[in-house]
This record gives sequence, structure tokens and C-alpha cells, in this order.
Amino acid sequence: MSAVADTHAQDDHHHGPAKGITRWLLTTNHKDIGSMYLIFSFTMFLLGGAMAMVIRAELFQPGLQIVEPEFFNQMTTMHGLIMVFGAVMPAFVGLANWMLPLMVGAPDMALPRMNNWSFWLLPCAFLILVSTLFMEGGAPNFGWTFYAPLSTTYGPPSTTFFIFAVHIMGVSSIMGAINVIATILNMRAPGMTLMKMPLFVWTWLITAFLLIAVMPVLAGVVTMMLMDINFGTSFFDASGGGDPVLFQHVFWFFGHPEVYIMILPAFGAVSHIIPAFSRKPLFGYASMVYAVGAIALLSFVVWAHHMFTVGIPIAGQLFFMYATMLIAVPTGVKVFNWVATMFRGSLTFEAPMLFAVAFVILFTIGGFSGLMLAIAPADFQYHDTYFVVAHFHYVLVPGAIFGIFASAYFWLPKWTGHMYDETLAKTHFWLSFVGMNLAFFPMHFLGLAGMPRRIPDYALQFADFNMVSSIGAFMFGATQILFLVIVVKCVRGGEKASAKPWDGAEGLEWTVPSPAPYHTFSTPPEVK
Amino acid sequence: MRVHAKRAGVLLGGLMTPALSMADWTLNMSPGVTGTSNDIFSLHMTILWICVVIGVVVFGVMFWSIFAHRKSSGRKPANFHENTLVEILWTIIPLVILVVMAIPATATLVDMYDTSEAEVDIKVTGYQWRWKYDYVDEEFGYFSSMSTSKDEIYNRIGKNENYLLDVDNPMVVPVGAKVRLLLTANDVIHSWWVPEFGVKKDAIPGFINETWTRVDEPGIYRGQCTELCGKDHGFMPVVVKAVPQDEYDEWVAGKKEEAERERELTEKDWTMEELMERGEKTYASACASCHQEDGSGSPPAFPALQGSEMVLEDMEGHLDVVVNGVSGTAMQAFGDQLNEVDLAAVITYERNAWGNDTGDMITPKEVFEYKNQD
Repeated sequence: MSAVADTHAQDDHHHGPAKGITRWLLTTNHKDIGSMYLIFSFTMFLLGGAMAMVIRAELFQPGLQIVEPEFFNQMTTMHGLIMVFGAVMPAFVGLANWMLPLMVGAPDMALPRMNNWSFWLLPCAFLILVSTLFMEGGAPNFGWTFYAPLSTTYGPPSTTFFIFAVHIMGVSSIMGAINVIATILNMRAPGMTLMKMPLFVWTWLITAFLLIAVMPVLAGVVTMMLMDINFGTSFFDASGGGDPVLFQHVFWFFGHPEVYIMILPAFGAVSHIIPAFSRKPLFGYASMVYAVGAIALLSFVVWAHHMFTVGIPIAGQLFFMYATMLIAVPTGVKVFNWVATMFRGSLTFEAPMLFAVAFVILFTIGGFSGLMLAIAPADFQYHDTYFVVAHFHYVLVPGAIFGIFASAYFWLPKWTGHMYDETLAKTHFWLSFVGMNLAFFPMHFLGLAGMPRRIPDYALQFADFNMVSSIGAFMFGATQILFLVIVVKCVRGGEKASAKPWDGAEGLEWTVPSPAPYHTFSTPPEVK
Repeated sequence: MRVHAKRAGVLLGGLMTPALSMADWTLNMSPGVTGTSNDIFSLHMTILWICVVIGVVVFGVMFWSIFAHRKSSGRKPANFHENTLVEILWTIIPLVILVVMAIPATATLVDMYDTSEAEVDIKVTGYQWRWKYDYVDEEFGYFSSMSTSKDEIYNRIGKNENYLLDVDNPMVVPVGAKVRLLLTANDVIHSWWVPEFGVKKDAIPGFINETWTRVDEPGIYRGQCTELCGKDHGFMPVVVKAVPQDEYDEWVAGKKEEAERERELTEKDWTMEELMERGEKTYASACASCHQEDGSGSPPAFPALQGSEMVLEDMEGHLDVVVNGVSGTAMQAFGDQLNEVDLAAVITYERNAWGNDTGDMITPKEVFEYKNQD
């Protein structure tokens, strides 16, 4: 991230980064853009996290103490939207920007100017989204799933701004995805066939196709909302001949692939980290690739499992139940492969490996609760309770977020040229691990005992576990400040990192010096 | 130092008291009181144990690697990276487990969808933020709103045992009879759930969903709305009272009589005091959740009534808004929700409460004429 002198002999016709603010505003360099994506993502992570703290503070005890129900609903909505679209997705795009060209031996992303634009759209979109908090009538308060007609006829005036923000995010994501696909398909080093691509590249290629397939669907559904709100149509208004359930079908046709968009790149990153710290090749490379493909395809035919209680006919109910259960098979294959990779390896547990191992264990727990939720009759009891909240936080926090932390620690030496502080990083891991489990595991119990989600106040029998959960959440939230400290410290100095700081790591990114020069692979490397 | 410790102890004790005094560390789902809920419970336990067994095996291998295959204990890594037989096995075995799991799940689902041959039909309508139960065959219906007071919610007084889970008029069903529920909603999507019945179904405006239950044990069962439906989503409990058949019949007869008496009240000559008294109650149950108890509202979504131009001057407009609602906004049409007496009472109340003091009064007869004009 710091301005790096251009030392690569073959690059002497290039110049280094521009000076001052124009470097960041006008840059087309994949490393600069990657860094900006990561910084933006972490900022949004803290903002969304602060909102989660408000939610957990209100839920610390029964009764209303801190916020009113209207504001509580705004917090749950904004927390979800910011974490999904502002924290997790941009973090993966940031990792893709930094690492894809380095992994496939390309000098930059295929479409560098579009890359700049797709990043700078994001701060604009989130400025609009966050500004709704200060508008008359408040921010969106209908949940991140914004079900109609609560979000249309009954939505606050700021809903139109929310729709505009979602449109801009969608444009940004689609451009990012096109860039990823163009880079991977056209700019691989000679000799790197598809089945020789690193798994992070594979998972991102598939993720990019998912993005291109479903972001227009999201844009479509919010446009229909826009029409219903401002132009008198009745897509989702039954009194005008529309159907509120249509909203849910279209939303979840986007929404289910979306959850894989947030986890597949983490699958890829973990598939590099576990072999590196096991000092043993990844078990079942080909089956890993096929499993990701299978998960991506299945993700298009399971959307209605989010809607088991809306009253779809029994044939549909059965189809979506079976299809959903089927996803457990390729997901299981991936978990088995990771465990088999560790089996009889020579393991060490630096921070990236700690996060990766926790990822496998806790994501699997999230997978188990997902399998339980797939059983349609049982889902009638679980649906819209804290059991669901526990489930998706187990796949997203130790899944997506731990995957991102593991990647960050794994590649920080490459980005900064310095080793991060291992003791602090391990502290960050253990506090996050304990805090996260304390926050989210009791939510399973709350859901099974009957606590609905998205309520600002609850009956007395839920008091104990809510208190435990809040304490865990405060612990997890506070711990993330430590990550900021570690990264800043690592950028500013520390033990010099060699080109390949992890002795078991494989891949082209470790053949360039640390920190990676401003321009890399101007001449493509040869892959045997 | 000791004083501080003592203070901290007291503070901590104070914080933890509500938690400890009602310690309820329930971990699992309840098997419930209906056939459906028992079937669901056994599916839940089966899939849970399957997950536990798979978890023990997978995490077992993993933890063994973590302990035994460390570099620090001098392990040299093996170099294998594929094994076709193992890979086929761990694809096939989970598939078989899933098929085995799908069979009982399918059977339960088919049973849950069979709403035929019901003995009692109840139409359940979700409103922001209360339920209405219409006994279709008996021609009466009533609203069911939460009865927990604001004082309890805002921690001004102690919390009742059934905090947030109590209503003024519970739904009543006969024990042992198959009850069919027809669910719909008036405004946004709600979801009707009683965990102990294993029944949860969305109530969707403009559509009617069907589900059923048969409760075999008399008792009071509590649940909540489970689909986010706006600001008071957390405050619309579901309470069902299951009673023996003869008690149910008696209750139905009483309700029908009460409905008849209400109809007669329209004809009665009402005084201002009577209307104000009734209006205050109606306002509290139908209007206060949006427009607030003191009529201050929460603009812009919910305008203030206190000092409102329409309330102070425009009687015709006021009547129109209350009876027909305002399309495209959260203001519902109360013409079908409230009877003429309540409509007259609440309008009179709004025009004379909180310093509005217009002295205007509208009678149930006038409301009746307004509603039936063309």
C-alpha cells in the first residue's frame, strides 16, 4: 500500500504511482484498487458492526431501554444491508483485485478503467444508503430482505433512495464480475489451463458468473418496487391485482445465489491456506472444482426454501426441500477434502491457519443447521426464529468474515512487505472465536425455544441467553479494533517478509517480491 | 476499595437479578401438544442426531490431525492428494442419508397439508398490529390485541409472567376437533405461529392460506407474529385457549349474543360522555399504536391528530379517512374493522381529546348513514 519504488528490471519503462489524492481517485492499478476495496469494506464492517452493537444492547434485557422499535428496525435493516453489500462483497472484490492478476500471472485486471469506476461507485451508493438515516421518516426499516408490501405501500419515504443505492451497488458488482471473468479467461499465463488454476481463481470465476446472473434480478425487483411506490403500478399490491409473494420469489431468486456469492471466494482462499500450513497438497483438487460448480448450479433451484411458510403447493414444497438437501452433498465433499488435506500433514497454526481451521469447523456447524432448516416440516418451527439468525450468522461470520481474515493475514506480507504481529493476530483470533460463539451459539437455543427474529423486545423466558449473546457480541465487536491496529502496524513496519513467507505456500503470487511491486508480470511467467 | 467492590457487586447483582430469578435455560424445541408438532419434533431430533454423528466423525478426524500431525512434534507431511474410492464413498453415503431423511419428512409434510374434513373454520386476519379471529360458521369475530401495558415495556413497573405474550381476547378452540385456519392479512404480511401446535403460516394481504390443527390437551398456548410487519411486530402475540367441547359451545353462544347486542347499540341514542368513554378504549386498541396515546403521532408516516386541521375542522374528511383509509399509506380503512358505534366513538374522541375541544359529536346512526350512502 505504501508507495513502492519500481525495482523490477523488466518494468523500467513503467512509472510508479501518481502522487497525492489523484493516485487514489484516478488509479487503474489493480493493487491500489484492491487496497481501496479492502479499506472501504473494513470501514463498512465497523459501521455495520456498530449497528449490531445497538441491536445487542437493546436486547441485553427484556423491556425497551435504549432505542424505540422504529429505530431498532432501521438498525436491523441497515446492519444486514451494510454487512452484505458493504462489508463482505467488497472485501472479496478487493481480494480478487489484489490476488487474481498475481495468481494467473497477469499484469493487471483486464479492464482497469472500469475497475476504477466500479470501486468509486460504491462509496457513492453507501453515502446515499447511510444518508437515509438522517431523512425524515428514518432509514429503511423493513429488514434487509425488504418484503413488499411493508417496503412499498408501508415503507418510509427514504425507500426510493434505498432503491437507488441498490441499483448503484448492482452496477458496481456487475462491472466487477465482468472484469473478473475477462481477466481469468483471457489473461492467464501461458500453460495455465483451466484445471491448473488456483482454487481462489476458480471460485471467483464461478462467483462472477453468479453475480452476472442474479444482480440484474435484484435490480429488477427493486425497480418493480420503485414503480409500485412512485408510478402507480401494482406488481406487489394485491388490491391492484399484484402479488406480495411474487416479490419473495424474485428476491430469493437473487438472494439464494447471493449467499453463495458471499461464501465461494472464501472456499477458494481456505483451499490455499489449509494446504500451505499443512505442508501438503490440497486433497481432491478436481472434486473441489466440481463441487463449487455443483453448488453454484443448485443455488438457482432452491430459492423457495426461504419461503416454506408462504403457502406454496405441496409439490413445490417437496421439490425445494429435496433440491436444498442435495446441496449438502457437494458442500460435504469440500469439508471432507479440507480435513483430508490436514490429515497426515505437518501442521503449524499461524493466524491464517487458525482462522481457516475455525472456518471449516464453524461453517460446518452452520451447514448442519442449514440441513435442519432444509427439512420443510421442521422449518415450519424454525422459520423466522433466532434459529435462522444463528444459522446464517454461523455461515457468514466464521464463514465469509473468518475467510476474509484468514486471507488478509495470509497475504498481508505480500501486500505490505512486512510480517504482521503474530501474537496480536493470535489474540485477535481467540477473542473473535470465543466472542463469536458466545454471541451466536445461544441463538440456536433461543430460536428452538420460540423467539421470533427482528423483535426489539422479548418474553421473559428468553432473557438469559439474550444476555449471554449480547456479552459475546460486545466482545466480538470490540475485538475487531485490534485487527485495525495489527494491519496499521504491519503497513508501517515490522519484520521484512521474504517473497514466500509461508514455507508450504504454492502459487505465482509467491514468485514476486514482497511487497509486490507496483507493476508485476509485465512479461507473463511460464506455467508448467 | 472494598466499597467499590461492594458497589460493583450490587450493580452486577442488580443487572443479573431478572435473569436469575426466572432462570430458564431451555435448550431444545418443545414436542408440543399436537400430532403435527410431535412429528416435527421427532424429525428435528432425527436430523439433529444425524448432524451430531457426522460432526463427531469429521471433527474427530480433524482434531486428531491437529493433535497428532503437528510440525512441532516432528511430523513429515505425506504427499497424497486424491483417492477415488474415498471420494466416491463420501459422496454416496451422505446421499443415502439424505434419502432416508427425506422419507419421513415427506410423510409429515403431506399430513400437514391435508386441511380436509375440518370441524371448525376460523379466519385469521393479521392487522398492524393485532389479530382478528372470525368464526366463519358462527358469524361472529373479534380482535385480539396484546394486553401488556406500556409501563411494563418501558420498565416502569415489574413485568408480568406472560410479558408480551398476553392478549385481551384469546382465540378459543374446542379440544379434539380438527380446526381449519384460513389466514390472510389486511395490510402487510404477518405470520401466525403457535410453537406448541407446530403451526406457522404466513398471513398475506389479498390471498388466503390454509392450515389446520387439532389440540388434544386443554390449556392456554402462546405464540407470536413471526414475519416482520412494522414497528410493533414484536408486540402482536397469538394466544389460543383450548377448552372442552361443551365449554366451547357455551362460549360460542355467549359471543353470538354479544355480537347481537353490539348491533343493537347502533340504534341507541348516545351522549357525548358515553361516546368519549367508549372512544378512549377504541382509540387505545385501534389507533394509539401509530398515532400515539396523546395524539402526537410520529410524522411523517403517522401524522399527529392533536391540533390537526382535518380533525379540528373537516368532519366529512375525517370520517372519510377513518372509514375508507388513505390509499398508498399506512392508514387503513377502518370501516370494515370497527362497527358503527366504535367508529362514531373514536371520531368523537379524536375531536375532543388532548385539547382539541371542538365539541363536535357524531352518532352511530350518522356513521351508518354515511357508510350506506351512494
